[in-house]
Amino acid sequence: MKKLINTADSVVDDALNGMAAAHPSLRVRDRVVYRAEGPRAGKVGLVSGGGSGHEPLHAGFVGYGMLDAACPGEIFTSPVPDQIIDATRAVDGGAGVLHIVKNYTGDVLNFEMAAELVEDVEVVSVLVDDDVAVQDSLYTAGRRGTGATVFVEKMAGALAEQGAPLAQVALVAGEVDERSRSFGIALTSCTTPHAGKPTFDLPETDVELGIGIHGEPGRARVPMVSARELAGIAMEAIHGDLPLRGDLLVMVNGMGSTPLMELYVVFAEVAAFVKGKGARVTRSLVGNYVTSLDMQGFSVSICLLDDTLTRLWDAPVETPGLRWGR
Amino acid sequence: MNADVFVAWFEEAARLVRRDRERLTQLDAAIGDADHGTNLDRGLTEVRAALAGSPPETPAQVLALAGATLIRRIGGASGPLYGSVFRQMGKSLESPVTLAGFAAAFESGVVALERLGKAALGDKTMVDALAPASRALALAVRDGVGVREAFEQAAKAAEEGAKATIPMQARKGRASYLGERSIGHEDPGAASAALFMAALAAVVT
Repeated sequence: MKKLINTADSVVDDALNGMAAAHPSLRVRDRVVYRAEGPRAGKVGLVSGGGSGHEPLHAGFVGYGMLDAACPGEIFTSPVPDQIIDATRAVDGGAGVLHIVKNYTGDVLNFEMAAELVEDVEVVSVLVDDDVAVQDSLYTAGRRGTGATVFVEKMAGALAEQGAPLAQVALVAGEVDERSRSFGIALTSCTTPHAGKPTFDLPETDVELGIGIHGEPGRARVPMVSARELAGIAMEAIHGDLPLRGDLLVMVNGMGSTPLMELYVVFAEVAAFVKGKGARVTRSLVGNYVTSLDMQGFSVSICLLDDTLTRLWDAPVETPGLRWGR
Repeated sequence: MNADVFVAWFEEAARLVRRDRERLTQLDAAIGDADHGTNLDRGLTEVRAALAGSPPETPAQVLALAGATLIRRIGGASGPLYGSVFRQMGKSLESPVTLAGFAAAFESGVVALERLGKAALGDKTMVDALAPASRALALAVRDGVGVREAFEQAAKAAEEGAKATIPMQARKGRASYLGERSIGHEDPGAASAALFMAALAAVVT
């Protein structure tokens, strides 16, 4: 393993120091990343968080029009309640705080504990669970939260920026989640600095279908095929769960080590698939947004837009990871 | 059993987890996200530091401090889950500690775990090691065996419970996403729970 780190134990803190140095719009304190200007009176605060190793998620989405604070945990490990409590108190502008939580047991438990303990701030939580690779049944912990987290953070963030009350921001966040689905495919495993070797062995000839974002293996392993076929597998899984119709926001997300060229190859196939179903790609995002360290592969996330959601997506945003319109 | 025994329990658990850190992480890599050994090692190192920093006077205080430290330092699922077990045990345990009192407090910790994790026996989680251990303790109380023998039986039950997770299909936590592919792997949480019980048996002489 060759990695640009100092030590495995210091990698998260070292990276946060770098983020703070690179982005004067951010402030980092006790493992929480805030907007430098602090909370705005009367504005709903947005807090999210999760394991590190998914950059730019979540810290890279702190800023105008998106999150007020992010709580990065250890690599692939959710944050602890103390971080979430600190963040929640610090971003409350008197209008309450929305917790945006990905559906992973660790994230859910730690955010639940924090929300219970912050009695002095009104907190509402929204669970993101967009991954169609997971059978949502009594026998699983429910679908995972993956790429659609970016959609929820962006659109709920835009609404909060416009001064909407907590209940309404939470409602729209939930609506974005309900209208979004994702599916991920890995060409390689990733290597966490602590483990020092790939999380799972994936032969050169095979791909993992339906991966999450923590380097965990997916639901099946199949021989490598063309980008067209892989995109087709992802899109069939999404379309089978939530039929594509109308205007779509489409994100083709890289898992960390996939060249942009390949992501565009995939996007072309995704766009052709969408057209074939009679729907339209009206908004798109191609690049690394929710990564798994150095994994090669991609995920596709789709959101069924309406006029309101389109306006919220288009609203100005200024964060290290997303920036437009301002 | 005084506070020193409980401090020794966590020191021994920390030693065993450090020793088996790679094994736990490899078990987690198979069906999860390869951080269980690392996280638990980090958390127990913090527990040792906390216990050394302000040595608690009663067993209940040792458990409360250890539980709170695990919740505050580990994150992930194992922090709140293990933290809740020990915190609840601490709330239930009365001094002086008898085997019956310990067994009852342990049972309340397992119940808290089942409630928080929404997991039951057979879901391929820590519960599959801790619930049999709890049952072994209860049986030991009923049969009037000594503390040492009781803890040895609990450790054995936990170890067998952890191994019994191998053919199970996971229904909770990260491993549940694998569906049938989770079959054939020992659950890392059950494996670490067995280490906690082994540590308990080791410190009582």
